[in-house]
Amino acid sequence: MKLQLGLRQGVLEVRQFLRSREQVVFTLAFPAIMILVFGSIFTGDIGGGVKFTQYFVTGMIATGLMTAGFQALAIQIPMERDRGVLKRLLGTPMPRWVYFAGKVLMVAFIAVLETVILLTVATLLFGLDLPDTAGRWLTFLWVSALGITACTLCGVAFSSLARTGRSAPAVVTPVALILQFISGVFFVFTSLPGWMQNLASIFPLKWMCQGLRAVFLPASFGSQEPGGSYDLPKVALVLGVWCLVALVLCLTTFRWTTRRDG
Amino acid sequence: MRDGAAIEVRGLRKVYGGTPAVDGVDLTVPAGEIFALLGPNGAGKTTTVEILEGYRKRDGGEVSVLGIDPVAADAAWRSRVGIVLQGTGEFDELTVGEVVSHFARFYPSPDDPAAVIARVGLTGKTRARTHTLSGGQKRRLDVALGIIGRPQLLFLDEPTTGFDPEARREFWELIRDLAGGGTTIVLTTHYLEEAEALADRVGVIAGGRLIAVDTPRDLGDRDSAPATVSWRTPEGVWESARSATPTALVADLASRYGGEVPGLTVTRPTLEDVYLEMISA
Repeated sequence: MKLQLGLRQGVLEVRQFLRSREQVVFTLAFPAIMILVFGSIFTGDIGGGVKFTQYFVTGMIATGLMTAGFQALAIQIPMERDRGVLKRLLGTPMPRWVYFAGKVLMVAFIAVLETVILLTVATLLFGLDLPDTAGRWLTFLWVSALGITACTLCGVAFSSLARTGRSAPAVVTPVALILQFISGVFFVFTSLPGWMQNLASIFPLKWMCQGLRAVFLPASFGSQEPGGSYDLPKVALVLGVWCLVALVLCLTTFRWTTRRDG
Repeated sequence: MRDGAAIEVRGLRKVYGGTPAVDGVDLTVPAGEIFALLGPNGAGKTTTVEILEGYRKRDGGEVSVLGIDPVAADAAWRSRVGIVLQGTGEFDELTVGEVVSHFARFYPSPDDPAAVIARVGLTGKTRARTHTLSGGQKRRLDVALGIIGRPQLLFLDEPTTGFDPEARREFWELIRDLAGGGTTIVLTTHYLEEAEALADRVGVIAGGRLIAVDTPRDLGDRDSAPATVSWRTPEGVWESARSATPTALVADLASRYGGEVPGLTVTRPTLEDVYLEMISA
């Protein structure tokens, strides 16, 4: 009964998302558009006959997950708080977790859909090689799941930072953009300056990209990673720690009302 | 609960940055009453109401709403209290029907969504996205969401702002209807005629204090305040006089004019007159 409520909340969130056309087009198609751009510019290979697409797709998947989880929530929640949606929900007997369950289901829906679209476009147009072993698919699954969880929790935690809904995009977008540049989404990570690599290593996006490279690049390329291997245990550890830290922040700092509500 | 007090407030205080916004309010609202809270902007109306609704913490005093301190509000209490806030929290892309049905799921024994939508006069808009509603229609949706859980106590914070006169009359009927069913209603409003039309009692809040509580008819001793007597002289000039004994004045005029006094009116101060005098004092 109560679980059903969370599910219904998710259905409603997805419905709201699907009904706002701009959001649907930009959110779902953005990673695919990016791969169209990058795939068309960089037609060569990164050595050993491995296509650029094979590298870029990992960054695009990770960026897509970050957009769906972190960016979307860190912007949407302050806007809903400003509009009084959160305050109104707080005044009902709805258990508070139901609101978050709705957001999580919406993020999961978008993440799966945009990733499928991205992989389809990349495979059909740029000859992307999909993972060929069950092990790689499994890695793909857990890196994505752990990554999107970290991003979602960070998005919820970050939502308390913006003072108003209007300022939220201005607060969130630069953070997301800078992370993309320093985490190896647009450039090959190891070609970045050392300090930039170190800085990126603090944040989840770099580790999501690295974990996904283990899925889409040959095993032998692991030696080119900064640590000399894809180091999946460390990927799991860093993303797991981010989940924990963000969860604590969510639980301690989440605001249902605006500052002027006292 | 029907016979007891729905709301009991003693010595309520709330301080913002050293300035008291609510400064020692005492208030009892019996179950089943329609109580209107009047006061200028910034007088402490919304702060008081939001403390009663469990949205804000207080800095002093005792508060009991439906027998419970709102600070300790739980889901069971929330399901007995309906809240219509000042600002509307919109669900832009959902339809009226979807939003009302969804909110119904939050409550243990909700009303029928279609019936509630009909009650607020939005049946024709059931399938309309909420962002296409007019201001008044959005407000009615707010009311629908406030009453979908069949509350014992309903808070309405400036519910009819932006209504046209006809919509306001319809809304008053709805409120009387709810009160007739035993719902206790606390509303804040800027419309004095609304308070007069609806409320069993009104309270005037100014500077964080409740300066008067009475029936709309008796507020500020309106019934015994000096009346204004106006009439027209045989030369066609309008005359008027304020009098503490208007009956005597009228009798005097009657004998002076030998019967009917042309254009005679006798008026006591309106609720608005009394109210404006109170808050300027």
